[in-house]
Amino acid sequence: MAFKSEDDAKAYWSENVSLMIKLMVIWFVVSFGCGILLADVLNTIQIGGYKLGFWFAQQGSIYAFLILIFYYAKAMGKLDAKYGVDGE
Amino acid sequence: MDLQTITYIVVGFTFALYIGIAIWAKAGSTKEFYVAGGGINPVANGMATAADWMSAASFISMAGLIAMSYGGNGGSVFLMGWTGGYVILAMLLAPYLRKFGKFTVPEFIGDRYYSNTARVVAVVCLIIVSVTYVIGQMKGVGVAFSRFLEVDYDTGLYIGMTIVFIYAVFGGMKGITYTQIAQYCVLILAYTIPAIFISLQLTGNPLPQLGLGGSLADGTPLLVRLDQVVTDLGFANYTTGPRLSTLNMFVYTMSLMIGTAGLPHVIIRFFTVPTVKDARSSAGWALVFIAILYTTAPAVAAMARLNLHETIQPAATGENLAYADAPAWFSNWEKTGLLKFEDKNGDGKIQYYNDKSAAGQALAAEKGWAGNELKVDNDILVLANPEIAQLPNWVIALVAAGGLAAALSTAAGLLLAISSSISHDLMKGVFRPDLDEKSELMYSRIAMAGAIMVAGYLGLNPPGFAAGTVALAFGLAASSIFPALMMGIFSKRINKEGAIAGMIAGIVVTLFYVFQHKGFLFVGDWKYLESLGSNWFFGIEANAFGAVGAVVNFIVANIVTGMTKPVPQDVQDMVEHIRVPSGVAAAQDH
Repeated sequence: MAFKSEDDAKAYWSENVSLMIKLMVIWFVVSFGCGILLADVLNTIQIGGYKLGFWFAQQGSIYAFLILIFYYAKAMGKLDAKYGVDGE
Repeated sequence: MDLQTITYIVVGFTFALYIGIAIWAKAGSTKEFYVAGGGINPVANGMATAADWMSAASFISMAGLIAMSYGGNGGSVFLMGWTGGYVILAMLLAPYLRKFGKFTVPEFIGDRYYSNTARVVAVVCLIIVSVTYVIGQMKGVGVAFSRFLEVDYDTGLYIGMTIVFIYAVFGGMKGITYTQIAQYCVLILAYTIPAIFISLQLTGNPLPQLGLGGSLADGTPLLVRLDQVVTDLGFANYTTGPRLSTLNMFVYTMSLMIGTAGLPHVIIRFFTVPTVKDARSSAGWALVFIAILYTTAPAVAAMARLNLHETIQPAATGENLAYADAPAWFSNWEKTGLLKFEDKNGDGKIQYYNDKSAAGQALAAEKGWAGNELKVDNDILVLANPEIAQLPNWVIALVAAGGLAAALSTAAGLLLAISSSISHDLMKGVFRPDLDEKSELMYSRIAMAGAIMVAGYLGLNPPGFAAGTVALAFGLAASSIFPALMMGIFSKRINKEGAIAGMIAGIVVTLFYVFQHKGFLFVGDWKYLESLGSNWFFGIEANAFGAVGAVVNFIVANIVTGMTKPVPQDVQDMVEHIRVPSGVAAAQDH
């Protein structure tokens, strides 16, 4: 199975890339942002026994990564179906 | 039953399991040997990937690395760096490489850059990366044997090599996949059981992830107490103290992330699932199974460190522990050399503090201490955990089996990446394209056997640089393989000259920087450009340089592409083709 038209192929790819860029921005923000660059600021906030920046660096970023991958897999499954490229 | 006997039984049982799997999962074709037949369930592949990925270093050393060498907060680079790479894999590489549907990473580079030269350069990069990595695993096998089973290092290594030989030579990727699944179960139980008990003992919470943010019996949050205890002794603050500059944390994390995404032995695991969709979700499952260990590790790090300090200097009495009163585990691990005590001021008590800091020196002057008296090896935080938490002997035996499982599973994955690049890319791809299926399968087994011998030799005679090799492997993968793959998928413009020049420039620049710090080929005397001093490039550490190497790779590839002939139309069509998720089945039977 392939795309119905050249336009479909282009549209599929640009939707994929824009979804990817959005998710990579979140990926960057939760790890490099919250865990490293903004860690000192976030560390002034205490959540339970955790300083927030430290939590992001050692726990939160990893949970966020998981959500990102499964969200991407699910959204791409939908996108594949929309353009009829979800066959074997 | 004594500990020794139980350890033999537990380790013996796991080894019998791995051999049983080997007999059951013999590879009958090259497709089974290289990609386990291509029909592995994505959850199962996720589990195998987790074991493939988590090495002896993750299992034995990482918690100690975080808590001790990197002082807590600095260790975040490993936690984020070694997990964040899976986001890159899931979105940027795995689905497309799966669609490409062939057997090795150099094969993709050779086809995409329409050049056997590119393929050979990729093989060379792959071998440099994987061999540096495998040395660490071989050492891990020897060390685990010598510490837990009281056989000497060399014998331990021979036993480990034999086990890997049995399932990797006969079963190839098929045998490796199923043993990795078993090894994951062993290693994750071995890691989490002691962690759960330690968390319960300290915070009353059975989940270490929550226990790390929990409170101690007296109501003080664990991390607050830990910060207090370590700063009182002159160490850097655990949760905020920087071990690395912000720039170094940034580039180090980036190097580990893109290095992860560029490691061939991890990438080839995604060739074993049936569809592109499965490749995406399988990366997610891999990270689920990895995250179970990686979110537990920082808890183990903090809790074990607090335990260590409070054993030596109990808060209740404020008096330092007398050497004569030290618990049994202390003397057990002293025998192995992981703990070293020297009574410098002759008071018969143990003083463990940072004698390099002003706060530590002031404390010493006040109390009459004559320097730090205890040397603690990083690995002890994981290895001695069950004894510190007073867990039964079978848990200690399980930790031994877990360490071995982590080392063997990663070694096998690396050996497959090495041997398939030799038999499939060099033999079949470059030297003997006429090779039939049966002979290629035979060559792949010979290459595997040869790779095990070489790895074993390097494990027996570890080069002086072996300690830092795992970190180096990431830098090299980040600077050579990752950019070539990413540009191959996302750009139709980058041509063969660009890719070849980029890979060579990336890996050479990274090696140059590392060697400049550590001696050419790690020979200490062969220094060059010493006048530049250490970390001369914006203060970036050698281990963190892979991200810079990757940038060099991207830039060189773009410039060289601009000066040479454009990519042929059929190759551009191929790039279009791998971006379409459907039609995998047809692509696979080549």
